Amino acid sequence: MSTELPVLKDKDFASDQDIRWCPGCGDYSILAQMKKVLASLGKNKEETVFISGIGCSSRFPYYMDTYGMHSIHGRAPAFATGLKSTRPELDIWVITGDGDALSIGGNHFMHMVRRNVDLNVILFNNSIYGLTKGQYSPTSKVGTVTKSTPVGSIDQPINPISLALAAEATFVARSVDTNIKHLRAMMQRASEHRGTSFLEVYQNCNVFNDGIWDYAKDKATKDDTTVELEHNKPLIFAGGDKGIRLNGFAPEVVDLSGGKVAQDDLLFHDEKAVSSQLAFLLSRMRHPEFPEPIGVFRAVERPTYDSMINQQVEQAKSKHGVGELEKLFAGGDTWTVE
Amino acid sequence: MSSSTVFPPTSKPSESVSGVTVRLCGDSGDGMQLLGTQLTNTSALSGNDVATFPDFPAEIRAPRGTRAGVSGFQVQFSAEEIFTPGDGVDALVCMNPAALVTNLVDLKKTGILIVNSDGFEAKDLKLAKLDSNPLTDGMLEHYRTIEVPMTSMTRTAVEPTGLSTKFADRCKNFFAMGLVFWLYGRDVEPTLRFIDDKFSKKPDVAEANRLALKAGWNYGETTEHFASTFSVPAAELQPGTYRNVMGNQALAWGLIAAAKLSGKELFLGSYPITPASDILHELSKHKNFGVRTFQAEDEIAAVCSAVGAAFGGSMAITTSSGPGIALKGEGIGLGLILELPFLVIDVQRGGPSTGLPTKTEQSDLLMVMHGRNGESPLPVIAAQSPGDCFDTAIEAWRIATKYMTPVIILSDGYIANGAEPWRVPEVSSLEKIEVTHPPARADNDEPFMPYSRNENLARPWAVPGTPGLMHRVGGLEKQDGSGNVSYDPDNHQYMVQTRAKKVDMVADSIAEVEVYGKSKGTLVLSWGGTYGSCRTAVKESVDAGLDVGHVHLRWISPFPKNLEAVMRGFDRVLIPELNTGQLRLLIKSKYLIDAIGFNKIKGKPFKVSELVAKIKEVTV
Repeated sequence: MSTELPVLKDKDFASDQDIRWCPGCGDYSILAQMKKVLASLGKNKEETVFISGIGCSSRFPYYMDTYGMHSIHGRAPAFATGLKSTRPELDIWVITGDGDALSIGGNHFMHMVRRNVDLNVILFNNSIYGLTKGQYSPTSKVGTVTKSTPVGSIDQPINPISLALAAEATFVARSVDTNIKHLRAMMQRASEHRGTSFLEVYQNCNVFNDGIWDYAKDKATKDDTTVELEHNKPLIFAGGDKGIRLNGFAPEVVDLSGGKVAQDDLLFHDEKAVSSQLAFLLSRMRHPEFPEPIGVFRAVERPTYDSMINQQVEQAKSKHGVGELEKLFAGGDTWTVE
Repeated sequence: MSSSTVFPPTSKPSESVSGVTVRLCGDSGDGMQLLGTQLTNTSALSGNDVATFPDFPAEIRAPRGTRAGVSGFQVQFSAEEIFTPGDGVDALVCMNPAALVTNLVDLKKTGILIVNSDGFEAKDLKLAKLDSNPLTDGMLEHYRTIEVPMTSMTRTAVEPTGLSTKFADRCKNFFAMGLVFWLYGRDVEPTLRFIDDKFSKKPDVAEANRLALKAGWNYGETTEHFASTFSVPAAELQPGTYRNVMGNQALAWGLIAAAKLSGKELFLGSYPITPASDILHELSKHKNFGVRTFQAEDEIAAVCSAVGAAFGGSMAITTSSGPGIALKGEGIGLGLILELPFLVIDVQRGGPSTGLPTKTEQSDLLMVMHGRNGESPLPVIAAQSPGDCFDTAIEAWRIATKYMTPVIILSDGYIANGAEPWRVPEVSSLEKIEVTHPPARADNDEPFMPYSRNENLARPWAVPGTPGLMHRVGGLEKQDGSGNVSYDPDNHQYMVQTRAKKVDMVADSIAEVEVYGKSKGTLVLSWGGTYGSCRTAVKESVDAGLDVGHVHLRWISPFPKNLEAVMRGFDRVLIPELNTGQLRLLIKSKYLIDAIGFNKIKGKPFKVSELVAKIKEVTV
């Protein structure tokens, strides 16, 4: 363990701007943990960039004393891809929400993930459009009653983790806004991963969608409704009383208290599995049928887009020499007029 | 293989002419574009001035033999300086009936028609929806028609290679090329080099094409159809080294040069679209210049990635055509309020919607001027010819960095795919582009003001990674100076007006307009790719004794400072445009000058003759 103290404290990462989220919003916690994580990782301010889209969460960059861009709705991954491709040494975070990333920005999200651009992406999932004052979002459950769906929403919600895995994500994780220790750990893992690190955070909107994640947040229920994923460890929850076992291709909840099921029979998590099938299976475990996994679903290595685009440039320079205009113009047939 | 022995110079008499316009047309799979490109290159290499007009369908393989599938390539090569690919055609080469009936109208009565008589079977006539054979029904009686059985002669010629009939028939464009090269005394050496290079991995195909080329050449020499050949002496061009360039290629090279001149590496975010894709292709080849090309998932990601790269301090570009520019509007608007320099290139095509993807038009002018939400003025520059695309790219980047603003470059399908001789610039003579970034600050320095402004109203281009300059940009209105989010009413008015003033101030850095021709009577005011036709038409009109002047606009936003005074010195202003009058609307709204419009929306460039007629009509 390093004995060096971080140069900066978490408050050093705060900008001088007043925070304008609603009191009680889950965003405050995510912001606070971010500052802590950057400080604990010894990051400096000038090489850190936050890029966001549009929505409540996307005000995030204004509150960090780093470089930042509050861009346009859904497109943060594209701005970040352009920046990272040309400035690969920068530490770039993409801040987005469920509407921003999965509705208007669904296309960019998918392509950023498949390219494996070395970006850390945090999706604040509150299953509602907050900034436009309460319409249902792509992660809202069927039947959600909002201003735009007075008799209930009718479209099937999207599962962010499943979507990221389908798009060939190399790092996928989930955490909860108030589970601050876990959240910090996930942010740190995301920061350390090379490639697109996708972290979904269950975030409470206490104004327009209050309490939707209570099952995963309340001390009284969360042990039964979530299961923490740990690499190479069996899936055990409910204080050790229950586990997840594979029955064919499907997971099932089994009772461990009677001693009829041995731990070795349980599903062991493998975040480094070459295939994303296990991670995908875990992503399909939803409340209330299953405890919802939190933690790292998948963490595998694959070359990043930004490293490869720069590698091609370096290879071309070493193979053909650094480009010279005279040579470019003289290539092919020329003639001289006296 | 030495070409001098295989391609002996003609023993027939040669008639010297000052210029020739040739159009080659056939099925889109017949290789007419290749033939045209070779004829252009070899003519340019022999010292002629050249101008080209490729005209092809949007479909990659439109139904064979149909009128919709006809692909054409027109080239004018001349002993004099020319600005257009020519109006009337001196020699028309047609590979099938569909090509004949769709192109015959442009052949001069004194012209030569060369047809592939093997392509006029009953099935070919049916595909072209013809009831009778134009070779025999009298349609061609007023033309000097030379029927050449190209398909069968090509098959015979390439027989030694053992190629199948299917592949042998693909060589018939080289037969046609051999005949045309013979007729105009063109040098075959560059084309032989091209064949060696292009088909280096298919020696039998290379040999077949050489044999077909030779057979076409020999046919000219032996047939009694031609008593003589033509020669076009070299043009008197400004001394220097020349090469042939196409518009998109010259634009790409200009961008690379601009990057070098400003000490920047270049980032292109682009999505494939006709007719702009060749810029992406060309830039992708030159990674050793530090060029990074990103083929984005869509037009929006393309512009947004460019804005991201600009934020990081790179020379950033996005390229597209009308439909893509429409999608990019919001991203361009963000770049505008961020006050970051980058280039948006619109290679215009026929619209609206998908419109006429492979045809030319100037109908995006009002979109690039006004097609964004809010008050969002930007500088707009338009290239006037293929070679001019090079200078346009450099000038646009110079302005973008000087004023910290996105700049829009307008090109069009006509100049993007057109070719002309280009005098290669001395690299040392190209003016450097000064770009500065503010230096790092210590913690106890004055706070950094990202929206402070210099004498050009440009804000500092502070790039991530610089200690002490951390700041946040974004689409919400910013307080002048601090760059913090501001909803202050007076600040918003100030910022809107300041962004507009910045664009107006670009007029301090651009050339004033110069009048060509007479300074009284009718002013022909043009912009973009119509330069060549307008300049030629004005020249002819002045030569005919009319009082006509020509001003060609390079910057449309802002207008050059002396434009109004120049216009008011004439009795009337005629604005020819390949749209319904978009520049005319801008001129009228800014100067209350009620110009006369001459508007063509056919997906084709102006003919000199139609401009000359219009000039005469309004002037006399």
